[in-house]
Parts: sequence; structure tokens; C-alpha cells
Amino acid sequence: MVMFDFFKSLFRKEGSSATAKERLRLVLLSDHLSLAPHVVEALKSDLLAVLSRYVEIDAALADVTFEQREHEVAMLASVPILRLRDEAALALPDASLPEMDSPASPEAVPAGAVETTAEPVAKPAPSEPERSGANGSSSRRRRRRKAAKKGQVLALAAASSGPPAQGLPLASHP
Amino acid sequence: MALQELREVQPEPLVPPIARAAGRAIVITSGKGGVGKTTTTANVGAALAARGKDVVLVDADVGLRNLDIVLGLENRVRYHLLDVLEKKVELETALIRDKRNERLHLLAAAQSREKEDVDTDAMRALIDRLRAQFEFVLIDCPAGIEMGFKNAIAGAQHAIVVCTPEVAAVRDADRVVGLLPADWRPELIINRLRPALVNKGKMLSVEDVDAILRLPLLGVIADEPAVIVSTNRGEPLALDPSSKTGAAYRAIAARLAGEDVPLPVPRPEPRLLAKLGALFSRSAGGRA
Repeated sequence: MVMFDFFKSLFRKEGSSATAKERLRLVLLSDHLSLAPHVVEALKSDLLAVLSRYVEIDAALADVTFEQREHEVAMLASVPILRLRDEAALALPDASLPEMDSPASPEAVPAGAVETTAEPVAKPAPSEPERSGANGSSSRRRRRRKAAKKGQVLALAAASSGPPAQGLPLASHP
Repeated sequence: MALQELREVQPEPLVPPIARAAGRAIVITSGKGGVGKTTTTANVGAALAARGKDVVLVDADVGLRNLDIVLGLENRVRYHLLDVLEKKVELETALIRDKRNERLHLLAAAQSREKEDVDTDAMRALIDRLRAQFEFVLIDCPAGIEMGFKNAIAGAQHAIVVCTPEVAAVRDADRVVGLLPADWRPELIINRLRPALVNKGKMLSVEDVDAILRLPLLGVIADEPAVIVSTNRGEPLALDPSSKTGAAYRAIAARLAGEDVPLPVPRPEPRLLAKLGALFSRSAGGRA
């Protein structure tokens, strides 16, 4: 196996420049969002916390990625949904939101710079249907978008990993 | 109504200062240090002067005077930028004429002063004055994004961003572009490219850097030993007619002068076997 890796590294076309490119992509991403890495982590965990209030998710398989586009940075979250929660268990949106003084909220987007634009919602990453399995038969995606400063788009795509066994049916979302 | 009357009374300025300042002031910047701003400034300046343009190079790296060394003019520095800004000497007295081309001039940086000593408004006024006198004012910006950077860009209307194909350099270039005035459209010079490494996938390519920074590409300069040799001698490589890298600098100068020349992109040197093959075929051809 070690031998195989050795030969693979010998004949691989992609050298360390691919690593450089990926590191550069990630570092510029957080530069552009003006978010420190720990803030990005906090954002991620808050995001999952909010989601799990409505649906049971597999946090271990949750994947939050960023993508550089022509004029903005998009955040794509792929979160496997295990099942939906009962209606009775659903909390009202303003009842138990995470505290607003969490580190992600104030620095992330300056209040004065927030603006909502009428751009179409960002498409989910092409790899998502494969990841959601079963040809994405009953996978439905909820997308939420926050337009941030300078056209940076936060798009959220949550994909379920299989047919919802019980509980509420997923509402088809535009 | 009263405003209109006031306008009619206002006399026209006799000589509008902007109209007189016809030259272009271009700042050469990078954020990161050691990527080749000074070498680029010297070579592009020398190439522009060789094209018959009146050029002045301003070393804005106060405290770390280097541009005179790269140009081989270190023995001629008597006065410097701060002497002029603080009105200790006349501008004409402080300007150093290049020994090879009388169209090329240098305003050296102060060596024993600090960047904070520069008055931003005085710097802006000086660059305006130089623009009235020269077609090209190239400002060699210090590394960093602090006061030295702010003073260097103060009088400029255009920027050239120098970047090497490295993660840190590209990141800093991206940061610096964000700090330049929003209506500027900075142009990019990729410096120290090693085509053989790019081919092996061991270095970021021109396309990689281009895709990330998304700036108009002004030129690509190879990492060539001749650049070091020319710096050792204080003779800009741009003046060497046989050098490919010199030709790349001359192409940058041509593009700055408004000429539509193709952008030369460095290619890897042929391997030893190919070189021998070429030599053999050439000598065989010679005999025939």
C-alpha cells in the first residue's frame, strides 16, 4: 500500500500546486467573508443547532463548504436528515433561537451593510445528489439565502439521506 | 438664484492644475515583501525610457532605499524624497538622471528616516507636480499596508500589482487590491514564474493566479538567474536585447504605452537531450 502510494505520487500529474490552490481558496474565503476561522466554526455549529430543532440530522456527516463564484462567495451546507420531528416538538421560531450574542452574529455582517437582493437562489453543489443517495428520489432541499455585504451569498442546501420514515412530511419548498 | 449669481462671479482658474498634469502616476505594489516590486519598477521604467518616454521613478520605500541599487545609481544619490517634501531642496536638484538614458530619472528614498515622516498631502502634491513634467511616474511602494503604502498610493491614479505564484503572495495581493480605491482597475504582473515547475504541477500556474485575483494580466516574468546577475551589476535586464526576460519587461512597457502587443508567457527550458538534439541538427545542417 505504501509502495502503491509512492508510485501514485510519482506519476500523479497534480503536484503540490493543487494543495497550494486549495489552501489559497480557503484562506481567501475567510479573508473575503471577514470571518475568523473560529467564527466560521461557530457559525457551522449554530447552523446545525437551528436545523436540528426542526429535523433530526446526522451532524457527523454534515458538510459545510464554501465556493468562490464570479462575484460572490457561496456557502453550501449538505446535512443528512434522519427524520422529521413531530409538530408538537417543533419550537416556535422565536422561542429558543441561539443567543444573539454568540460570536458569529455581530462580526459576521455589519448591520448597516445587510441588503436583500433579488438574485436567484444559488444552485446546490453538483455533488449533492450523489451524496444524498437513492438518486435523490425523495430528497428535498430547503434553501435559505441571506444576502450579505457586497453580494456575498449564504445559501443553505439541506438534503435528506432517505425517505422520511415517520413524522411530518416535508413540505415541498419553492 | 443666489447660487447661480455666485457661480457667475467666480473667476475661472488661470491654469487648471489637473490639465497640466498629463502624465500617468502608477504605483507598483504587492502587499508582501520580496516579490520583486523594486526590480519590476526599475525594469519597466528603463524599458519605458528606452521607448522614448520621459520617466521618473519614485522610491517610496522610506528607510529602505533600494531602487538606486537596482538601477546602479547609488553613488549619485545626494538628496532624497523627504528633502523635497520638506522643501529643503528643489525637486530638480534631487532628481537623479540615469547614466544610460537621459529620459530616465530617479527620486531616491530617504535612508535614515521613517515612513511616518512622509506627509501624505505633500506627497500627493509632489506626484501631481511630477505628472506635469513626466509622461510616466512610477512609484515603488514599500511592502505592507500601513502608512508607507498609504503615502505611496496617495498621488497615483493607477496600480500594478506584483505577485509571485505562491499562496502567501497571492493572498497579500488580494488584500492589497481590496485596499486600493474602488474605481481603480489594477493590472497584474506575475513574477518569478518557473515554467518547468508549473508543468510538473509543483507551482501555481498563470491561470491559477489569474482565476483567483481576476485582474487584467499585464505581464509574466520568469524566475531567471539573469535577473539576479543584472541586479548585481545594477543594469536593468530590460535593456539587454538578447534576454527573453528583458523582452518580457519591454512588452510590459509597450502595453503601458498603449501598444497592443501580445503577452509573452515563459515556457520551460528545453531538456538536456532536446538541447543536444537541436545542437546536433544545427551542426549537421551547417555542414551540409
